Amino acid sequence: MRKKSRYIAAFMILMILLGAALAANVCIGSVSVPVSQVWDILMGEQADEVYRNIVMQIRLPRALGGAAMGGALALSGYLLQTFFHNPIASPFTLGISSGAKMVVALAMVAALGSSLQVSSWGLIAAAFAGAMICMGFVILMSRFVEQMSMLIVSGVMIGYICSAVTDFVVTFADDSDIVNLHNWSMGSFSGITWDNVAVIWIVIFTASVCVFLMSKPISAYQMGEAYAKNMGLNIPLFRVLLVLLSSILSACVAAFAGPVSFVGIAVPHLTKRLFGTAKPILMIPACFLGGASFCLGCDLLARSLFAPTELSISTVTAVFGAPVVIVIMLKGKRERTES
Amino acid sequence: MEEFYFYTKGLTVGYHGVPLIKEVELRLKRGEILTLIGPNGAGKTTILKSMIRQLEPLGGVVYLDGQNVQKISGKDLARKLSVVLTNRVHPEMMTCKDVVATGRYPYTGKFGVLSKEDHRIVDESMRLVHIQELGPRDFSRISDGQKQRVMLARALCQKPELIVLDEPTSFLDIRYKLEFLSILQNLSRTKNLSVLMSLHELDLAGRISDKIACIHGDCVERFGTPEEIFTKGYIPQLYQMTAGSYDELTGNLELPPAEGKPEVFVIGGAGSGTAVYRRLQRSGIPFATGVLWQNDLDYPSAKALAAEVVEEKAFSRIRPEKLQRAKELVDGCREVICTLGEELEGGLGTELKELAEYAGLQGKLKTYV
Repeated sequence: MRKKSRYIAAFMILMILLGAALAANVCIGSVSVPVSQVWDILMGEQADEVYRNIVMQIRLPRALGGAAMGGALALSGYLLQTFFHNPIASPFTLGISSGAKMVVALAMVAALGSSLQVSSWGLIAAAFAGAMICMGFVILMSRFVEQMSMLIVSGVMIGYICSAVTDFVVTFADDSDIVNLHNWSMGSFSGITWDNVAVIWIVIFTASVCVFLMSKPISAYQMGEAYAKNMGLNIPLFRVLLVLLSSILSACVAAFAGPVSFVGIAVPHLTKRLFGTAKPILMIPACFLGGASFCLGCDLLARSLFAPTELSISTVTAVFGAPVVIVIMLKGKRERTES
Repeated sequence: MEEFYFYTKGLTVGYHGVPLIKEVELRLKRGEILTLIGPNGAGKTTILKSMIRQLEPLGGVVYLDGQNVQKISGKDLARKLSVVLTNRVHPEMMTCKDVVATGRYPYTGKFGVLSKEDHRIVDESMRLVHIQELGPRDFSRISDGQKQRVMLARALCQKPELIVLDEPTSFLDIRYKLEFLSILQNLSRTKNLSVLMSLHELDLAGRISDKIACIHGDCVERFGTPEEIFTKGYIPQLYQMTAGSYDELTGNLELPPAEGKPEVFVIGGAGSGTAVYRRLQRSGIPFATGVLWQNDLDYPSAKALAAEVVEEKAFSRIRPEKLQRAKELVDGCREVICTLGEELEGGLGTELKELAEYAGLQGKLKTYV
């Protein structure tokens, strides 16, 4: 019973955080919009046109998109950690984000060259292809390297290679779109349109519901493959689903926001601490909520700290996320030496 | 024909298409305990894994309750068969009770939420293995032996008809080894649970098993009751023992004897001599001993450790020629240790008393009582 009230309290905290982050993201910025005005705008009442434009055209889509993508990143990280039984696996450390980014950059530059517009779905498809390429490579590596730390090292290296290719492409891409492309390739939630938001939510929401439906098999998988198999889990099918879902989630983020580091590691870890359990049925919704609030908070800092200059989102997430990774590694080492 | 619950037909097992053990024919009835023994690396784990569908067999079929195990659905198999493996599990932030509760997996609904009944079965399994007090503790912070018992409770709450255990007693101390196996024995008797396991402890295997299979080379070398397996001289051959000795009847295990002509003679018996034999072996001093009856408690260790044992048939008087042989050995030794006291006064001890006095006259006698 004590556990149950802890879970409820933890969910309340996450909901409040998310609500506060959403409100703050809509209200705060180079022009602050009073909360009462925001309310009026959302309710469709009479309001200042300037405010209406800022809220409806810029801040609200950005906040909604950012929230979904933050949730997706955290969830994707959680799935990869489960899959590889490694607490510091994430779309970023395994190079999956960078792979997605590379293919998206190539697609964009190709489209610019032939002056075509890439649709939201096209972006996601490109990112998914890139994510799958890197994922395939990492899984292949995991068959050869025994040590989990080596897997992460190889993932980081793949990430660097993909980033190098992306930089190369971006540097030599011509004309004015280069500014946009440059922003995106550094990681940013800016410039998200309502059209993007709709696609982002459809994809991420569907994938997340699928993940939630898999919470029972995930709990079996946490006991290790041999026992999971004995419990009646179809391991090959399960692994394929896990890989697909985590790739879709991280690809969707990479397509619209570029690389966002550390959310995938830090948020699942902090959420587990908050709940005091790793049960998938709780962790899946909790990671999503946590990731959404974490990313909104970081985005707020990214665009308001040195306004009007905007920091890349990764700069801020790294400041908060990297220390968490260090703590996890130190703790892991201590536990290994104990046993 | 007898009804077997779990059996194999021409099972061939191995890795990557390379057969390791061929034509495995094991048969297990309901409520029976079958133990696999054999040297390290013989393939006990490989056989177990192939029988429980963790490893694809290279040939042959495994039948469970009349069905080919390859054709049973994962869920149905999970309700009949549970396992305790040597794989270490590292579940994150789970209490011992959480780990035990994962055994209910094949019975819970779409989201794996435990019902009242599930909770009752989890508690019952934990009580059965005596780990109630571990319930709220973090699984990653208990000892290996405790983990092993938690995994047994987990397997039991899966409510299986057959439980398969790979070297389950490895991390357990002597108390829990016996407790663990007696739980299995009870369940096999009262709940008709069938047990298939591998063990390293031959003495325990001989006591608990209804059937034993010996894995050696590329086949199951012997399969039968413990009496059929533990025949004289078989175990050293099975394990290709190069040093020391093993007594099949008593399970007495001894290091190799000291080499050379006996320097010390021990007059012992009724269990008083064994400690002295082992002390001499540790110091590397070759010794002779006698006269021992073949039914004496000290006889197995004397046979294993002494350079020469002067022995007499069980329940008979010591014959003069045996006493004479003992005296000759005493002549050749620099010291005689007698571990007998009052026993010498019993009716059959007369000759031993004479032997001790003979040694005393030579000034070689030391008495340890």
